[in-house]
Amino acid sequence: MCGIIGFIDRTKSRMDGSSIKVALSLMNERGSGDGAGYAAYGIYPEYADCYALHVFFDNLTEPKKKVDELLHQWGEIVHQEEIPTTPQPGIKKVHIPWRYFFKPSENLMEGRVASENDVVMHIVMEVNATVKGATIFSSGKNMGVFKASGWPEDVANFYRIEDYKGYIWLAHNRYPTNSPGWWGGAHPFNLLNWSVVHNGEITSYGTNQRYVEEYGYKCTALTDTEVVAYLFDLLGRQHELSHEMVVKALAPPFWDDIDRMPAKEAELNKVIRLTYGSALMNGPFAIVVGTENGIVGFTDRIKLRPLVVGENGSKLYISSEEAAIRTLDPEVKNIYTPRAGEPIIGRFIE
Amino acid sequence: MTLGSVPPKFKVSIDRDQCMDCGRCIENCSYGVYRREGDKILIESRKCTACLRCVAMCPRDAIDITEKPIDYRPHPVWTREAREDIINQARSGKIILSGMGNAKDLPIIYDRLLLDACQVTNPSIDPLREPMELRTYIGKKPSKIKFRKTESGDVELETKLAPNLKLDTPIMIGHMSFGAISLNSQLSMAKAVAETGTFMGTGEGGLHKKLYPYQDHMIVQVASGRFGVNIDYLERGAAIEIKIGQGAKPGIGGHLPGEKVNEEVSKTRMIPFGSDAISPAPHHDIYSIEDLVQLIRSLKEATEWKKPIFVKIAAVHNVASIAAGIARSSADAVVIDGFRGGTGAAPKVFRDNVGIPIEVAIASVDQKLREQGVRNEISIIASGGIRNSADLAKSIALGADSIYIGTAALVALGCRVCGNCYRNLCPWGIATQRPDLVSRLDPEVGAMQVSNLIHGWTLELSELMGAAGINSIESLRGNRDRLRGYMLDEGMLKILDVLPAGA
Repeated sequence: MCGIIGFIDRTKSRMDGSSIKVALSLMNERGSGDGAGYAAYGIYPEYADCYALHVFFDNLTEPKKKVDELLHQWGEIVHQEEIPTTPQPGIKKVHIPWRYFFKPSENLMEGRVASENDVVMHIVMEVNATVKGATIFSSGKNMGVFKASGWPEDVANFYRIEDYKGYIWLAHNRYPTNSPGWWGGAHPFNLLNWSVVHNGEITSYGTNQRYVEEYGYKCTALTDTEVVAYLFDLLGRQHELSHEMVVKALAPPFWDDIDRMPAKEAELNKVIRLTYGSALMNGPFAIVVGTENGIVGFTDRIKLRPLVVGENGSKLYISSEEAAIRTLDPEVKNIYTPRAGEPIIGRFIE
Repeated sequence: MTLGSVPPKFKVSIDRDQCMDCGRCIENCSYGVYRREGDKILIESRKCTACLRCVAMCPRDAIDITEKPIDYRPHPVWTREAREDIINQARSGKIILSGMGNAKDLPIIYDRLLLDACQVTNPSIDPLREPMELRTYIGKKPSKIKFRKTESGDVELETKLAPNLKLDTPIMIGHMSFGAISLNSQLSMAKAVAETGTFMGTGEGGLHKKLYPYQDHMIVQVASGRFGVNIDYLERGAAIEIKIGQGAKPGIGGHLPGEKVNEEVSKTRMIPFGSDAISPAPHHDIYSIEDLVQLIRSLKEATEWKKPIFVKIAAVHNVASIAAGIARSSADAVVIDGFRGGTGAAPKVFRDNVGIPIEVAIASVDQKLREQGVRNEISIIASGGIRNSADLAKSIALGADSIYIGTAALVALGCRVCGNCYRNLCPWGIATQRPDLVSRLDPEVGAMQVSNLIHGWTLELSELMGAAGINSIESLRGNRDRLRGYMLDEGMLKILDVLPAGA
């Protein structure tokens, strides 16, 4: 059991993190104090063209030296600093959260890695799999993840979440059941501009993990949600599928329903299921994914976890509980629960 | 004859108080154990194979068969088997023949793999109330989907699917030829696969015209002897399988004894009546992978690229690299036959010593195909000693797309695994062409038994998946996270890529 929140303002009007903190804390019954986290998009406008790499360091000597070396090898560190924190009695600071604003160097992108994104993905996989004492937990542009082991309000206060202003917010209140409660295991999970908050347990994890590992992703976070970020990156970025198609691949219609569809639609769904069978996610889940274009919420094919949607003008809210949405926005209109597997997509208005 | 005879394997006795002297045992035993002399039924135990036909047919349960009534002096090295093989070869100077699969008492890996189930943190799914999808497609899959923009600006699917077989359940019946087994056995299985929405193989024995009504559920085989192969045969099959090797006897060919080649078999195989049908060890047009590629393309051309082509290999040490080579050809599926795979006849030394277990073969093939990024290029069909729905579920979790059963289907028809298939005397009417014996197997009844078995396993697989919180077979495939090893050593766990129980 976990509690999740997704928020987007489609006009890119930014909101600070204070109300998200309150709404997430409201769902403390869905958590266990073992992990909480926030992702916010639009928070680093001054470094918008840099990758914001958020790293947990065990210390600032050996692991940081290795990460610095790797970053120098692949590009330029435009700016770096410790992520500002305020000590909280409820949080034991076992890692030092650090951030780099990083620009990959163009003349190094050759051979196996081709684009800026590929370079950054390679760095993330390399550090997380091989550098002891360092975990890159956020690697998108103009966005960042803030997470730790603790209750939502403590984690928010620790990171001074009210100091950040974003047009997309994701938040997660964790009750870990299938993996240890460590900082890297808290949600959101992120790779490049993809961030995932997830309530549930992915029973197809082994299949999904084997699938993404074929494409160079390395699962190192010891928990199932990580693979969702990689699936979105693989299908959404590398295979260039639309968000709707990605959801169709991850939570496809049943064969009985496909058999009843008009020929063209049935063929499309059949092709998706045959091609992306190993990407199909099984088990109970409700998920919100943050992307560079907006947010996507969806549940498993038989909806074994709750997901509620609310709208108010340009604002779209997705959460495990209606109460959390009403706390965020008492004026919210059009509250409803989507059907199983149905994608809820909030995009920026151009 | 200085060697004399070896002790009989079985001792047959009749409880004379129970016996009603009906003579069914005499009628039923094709091995000639029983005969009547005067008013007494006499027994020649030495001829008994423990096929249990007499026991099954005795109305009074009067027959008792015990194993090894006389044993040798016990010795841990010079076992009964070791001594008897030497005695037999000293007498004959020949290769020892055997039937069925590997009979060595080696640990079965399936039995040391444990499946997972949900408790509390995720709900198990009840297949009686929720959809449970076992539908499986066998064949090439795209590695990614492509769309194109039409002139009107719409987005249209560009990707076209290669031909795939659609299975309602991931259980197929492997290749057992007409000749090796009776037409009634093939008919029983053909009706069963048609009813359960799956497929069976013809083996290298051609396709008898009585099977034409089921041809949409038949996979026709092209093996090294090319028996029964012509364009009509290829066109009738739903898919075509090139047989390179077989788990029971990797590296050698096949042999159908002339006794089994009656008129129908001779016509269907296109070989002379009564002649031995000998399939050579290699295909005489395949001396390397590129030759296989040519044969696949030729078969595809001949059938207008409308049918999936399978390639069947025995699980040998280098199976993963061989499968990866096959994945790079135009083949649509690779069949891997483990060292417990059955056979009508194989040299005992091959059956018991050559090849590797199917469990590790699936694991290493799936792993290699993924490392090389060609897993979607080819489906994996696993076979060789799959005994029940748990073996099926574990095969899929290790990475197989579907399985072939062979012995299990024959047991459903009555086979008691006596291992004398090559003698043309099968009292159950399965591995024989003798009309009086074949008539013992009613294809209608046989079909019901085989389809019952497939139904039963399908239901059990659904329950196992539901318990694991999985409602689609794709999510079980390669899901080694839901397996744990028990009493397996570290090296084996590493190859299987499975955690030990408790981890």
